[in-house]
Amino acid sequence: MTSARAVPRWLAALASLVLFYLVFPIFVIVPVSFSSGSYLSFPPPGWSLRWYANFFGSGDWEGATWLSIWVGLSVTVLACVLGTPAAFGLVRGKFPGKRLLNGFVLSPIIVPGIIVAIGIYFVYARLGLIGHPTGLVLAHTCLAVPFVVINVSAALYGFDERLEQAALSLGATPWRCFWQVTFPLIRPGVMAGAVFAFITSFDELLVALFVSGTTAMTLPRLMWQEIRQDIDPTIAAASTMLLALTTALLVSVELLRRRGETLRNA
Amino acid sequence: MATEAGGAVAAVAPRVARPAVPPGLLLVLPLLLYLLVLYALPVAGMMLRSVAEPHWTLANYAALLHDRIYALVLWITLRISLVVTIVVLLLGYPVAYMLARLPPARSNLLMILVLLPFWSSILVRSYAWMVLLGRNGIINQLLLASGMTSEPIRLLNTTFAVYVAMVHVLLPFMILPLYAALRGIDPALLRAAASLGARPSAVFRRIVLPLSLPGISAGCLLVFILALGFYITPALVGSPRDLMMAILIQQQIDLFNWPLGSALGVVLLAAALGTFAVFTRVLRVEQTFGRARA
Repeated sequence: MTSARAVPRWLAALASLVLFYLVFPIFVIVPVSFSSGSYLSFPPPGWSLRWYANFFGSGDWEGATWLSIWVGLSVTVLACVLGTPAAFGLVRGKFPGKRLLNGFVLSPIIVPGIIVAIGIYFVYARLGLIGHPTGLVLAHTCLAVPFVVINVSAALYGFDERLEQAALSLGATPWRCFWQVTFPLIRPGVMAGAVFAFITSFDELLVALFVSGTTAMTLPRLMWQEIRQDIDPTIAAASTMLLALTTALLVSVELLRRRGETLRNA
Repeated sequence: MATEAGGAVAAVAPRVARPAVPPGLLLVLPLLLYLLVLYALPVAGMMLRSVAEPHWTLANYAALLHDRIYALVLWITLRISLVVTIVVLLLGYPVAYMLARLPPARSNLLMILVLLPFWSSILVRSYAWMVLLGRNGIINQLLLASGMTSEPIRLLNTTFAVYVAMVHVLLPFMILPLYAALRGIDPALLRAAASLGARPSAVFRRIVLPLSLPGISAGCLLVFILALGFYITPALVGSPRDLMMAILIQQQIDLFNWPLGSALGVVLLAAALGTFAVFTRVLRVEQTFGRARA
């Protein structure tokens, strides 16, 4: 649906206003994080890096950041290992109840986070898993795995199966065919799913709120605690760095998507 | 897929018709077991707790009916979710429409403005609204500087703040499915209508709008269900009068009121799944829903 002068001026103006509303609040944090004042005043009274120094100087923030990265990476690996084969089964397999199973696997997206959080909290409270990073990894994987399944499924739907048939007819073993033909072609989908999975875990607060205890403090959990206590601009510094990370991941997924398209059209 | 080349290959190698991947269920099994143990079982345990503690009883649900506060919170949750969904649709449609009609190079560039908030953490975005709406926040500073008020007005911790911030957080979830639906409309249809003398408003009403309906319903479903379970944003920018279900549940669990909190959880879960079932049954949006987040 493209044509040059297809958008009336008033509509373009309205849409631009909405886009401004979408983006402006996010970038407001950036100048605040470089403020020299100790309150959230705007414009900042002067510029400094003291909140960044505060972030990196405090063991709490650093520890939480590393824990979140570590949990996020573990979740990514686990979600990809479980989700990629499942996507194959759900796209290519033929068995009764496939649609129902697909719905179940994707359901963590629509089930409210608080429900999963308290369900898991009750179980962990009994098993003594509160405050264990392992508990966070196991729980976050449930929330992250649908995104791997969705992205790998999308890659498989756009897949030309004649390429596999050609490889097999030329004498490749199924194993070799998978690693040399199938996997390279769906890799962009797997990697996009991996990025989604990492972000899902890295940003997750509700489950962490219940099962982090005091010993497994993730970055969102610490930010939450700080925001509720007093809002000094260290949170703005943390937020700005998270935004930078988000932007980097967004760009990488966009590049993966384009690469996926080129591979498919090649 | 069943082209001549494919047929030829299959004829050459009949023994290996499609064995690249062994058939289905086995591949899904590990994930299925994982989710059963770590997701379905805990949620089922929560549901059980709402009727089985300290013994089999419906007392928790009776308590929900008895005290008006619970019905009120459910009402507040539904009201906020509905208003947010409508506002998000009204604001999101013009954006999706513009993005769908611009040439790809420019629309891809502008799409970044939608994807960046979509990707950044809800916690960070809600915090941004605290910075904007606070007593010494930017909006109050602007109002003071322009002389529109003589002292800061209360913006943060109001229902208004909940609406503004939730609409902001949920807008991308509406724009993306709408964009996918609008992008799929064949431009020849629009040209044909225009060349036959239809005014732009008629083209929109009789062609664009009906054809974008799957996107509208997918976006509304997604936004409404996500809004029902919102916790972070209303907890940070709302007032005590904007108590939503998820916040109430968390408070009950914190007070060790586990059975009652579980009963509230069952109500919220029923609301979310019920909405989903009704929408998919009536509007058949499942496929667009899957594509929306893909």
